Amino acid sequence: MELLRAEGITKAFDGKSVLQDVTVALEEGELVSILGLSGSGKTTLLNIISGLIRPDAGKVILQGWDVTGRPGQISYMLQKDLLLEHKRVIDNVCLPLVITGIKKEEARKQADAYFGRFGLEGTQMLYPSQLSGGMRQRAALLRTWLCSHGVVLLDEPFSALDMITKAQMHEWYLSMMRSINLSTILITHDVDEAILLSDRICLLTGTPGMIREEIRIDTPREERKDFALTPEFLGYKQRVTAALREA
Amino acid sequence: MKRRSESIRDKLLPAGAFLLILGIWWVLSLTGWIPQYMLPSPVDVVKAFIADFPNLMSHAWVSVEEALIGLAIGTALAFALACGMDRFLNLEKAVLPLLVASQTIPTIAIAPLLVLWMGFGVAPKIALVVITTFFPIAVGLLDGFKSADADAVALLRSMGAKRGQIFRHVKFPAALPYFFSGLRISASYAVVGAVISEWLGGFEGLGVYMTRARKAYAFDKMFAVIFLVVIVSLVLMRLVTLLRTVSMPWMGKAKKEREA
Repeated sequence: MELLRAEGITKAFDGKSVLQDVTVALEEGELVSILGLSGSGKTTLLNIISGLIRPDAGKVILQGWDVTGRPGQISYMLQKDLLLEHKRVIDNVCLPLVITGIKKEEARKQADAYFGRFGLEGTQMLYPSQLSGGMRQRAALLRTWLCSHGVVLLDEPFSALDMITKAQMHEWYLSMMRSINLSTILITHDVDEAILLSDRICLLTGTPGMIREEIRIDTPREERKDFALTPEFLGYKQRVTAALREA
Repeated sequence: MKRRSESIRDKLLPAGAFLLILGIWWVLSLTGWIPQYMLPSPVDVVKAFIADFPNLMSHAWVSVEEALIGLAIGTALAFALACGMDRFLNLEKAVLPLLVASQTIPTIAIAPLLVLWMGFGVAPKIALVVITTFFPIAVGLLDGFKSADADAVALLRSMGAKRGQIFRHVKFPAALPYFFSGLRISASYAVVGAVISEWLGGFEGLGVYMTRARKAYAFDKMFAVIFLVVIVSLVLMRLVTLLRTVSMPWMGKAKKEREA
């Protein structure tokens, strides 16, 4: 079932065209990467999908509803975890619920149920500064997911982490997506990360940014534990890098 | 263990410097290089302090009351104006330069005007305290609101937060450290402001006491009351620091984490 569709998105800032007729669709349970170099309009595209910016042309459809330019429908997570230092972890996590008008006690109860699954058990009453980098990222992800309609947008969420933590987060994210039936649009400039996590990779290149190519990764996500070391992986990497270079 | 010895040293050094200055002062007055009546010895000052203690306390209480009421009103006004300036950019553009310029007016110059306008009661004293304490808090808060992470604001917007919610969850907490820095400065201004306005006329307060001591050439009492003003100001600043620790518990947690 198609969950989310950004159709024919076009956007210019001060007469300078940033995105040209970009279409991205997301199936339920799928992870689609938008891979592009810096300045290709990736973040603008995500801002439009999340409703923070209105496109000049095009529509964003979430489960059949037009949500173009309406924030609060699709959750969004940036590279910075943006946990609010003055709130306890649990209050950070349930902030989106509180924003929608749910009572604090009730919101805490709802959020608390997922701490275990996100590897955050026992951190509820701590402050963000007491968490490690990976834990902060997971807490931010839980917050994003709690207010999602099953879809999250991630803007280079793992790029600030060290290599080992990043690899752990990748593995954890794949297993968690399965267990909570999450669909994701991931923005990244990291080719390895895109291949490792995605079902499909959309290459967004050029000025203005357009989707030049879509590459499907056929290896099932369950079998990707040591995927990065296989010839298959290198094959994909070759294709993606070549396509990026052409653009 | 090392940390503890460091913190002891950090306290011993200023205490030592203070004692040294006190010692030099004592020697100067004992040897008679500076005549007794001009520079009383520290012992005389302490004696004057003790002898006139009840009287000093009742005057001090009046000044502290004026300072606290003024500080409270100043803080409330500063808060309201800073929120307004944060909300309406045009208000900030219109008012901020005036605010900055108003800070160049010497307190001493407006105090007599206030007395002329408002009489010899507590009103002109409180008004002066409001005027002097208002600015550091208003400017601190305004900077604090601006310091809020733009990405955090965008994140809350993406959650569908309204302006008031963004203020409550992001901007206001971001401004708290700035607010307390401003409040600390204002707290020290508050007592001094009250004392200065009491100089110019009034019936009670440390400023009035000071004026009387000066007219009687009672140098020991003058010194005693100066020290009392210093002590009261320090206590007030210390209270602000305590208030800051209590209202921002996450700061302490972060520090402990780093030290561990």
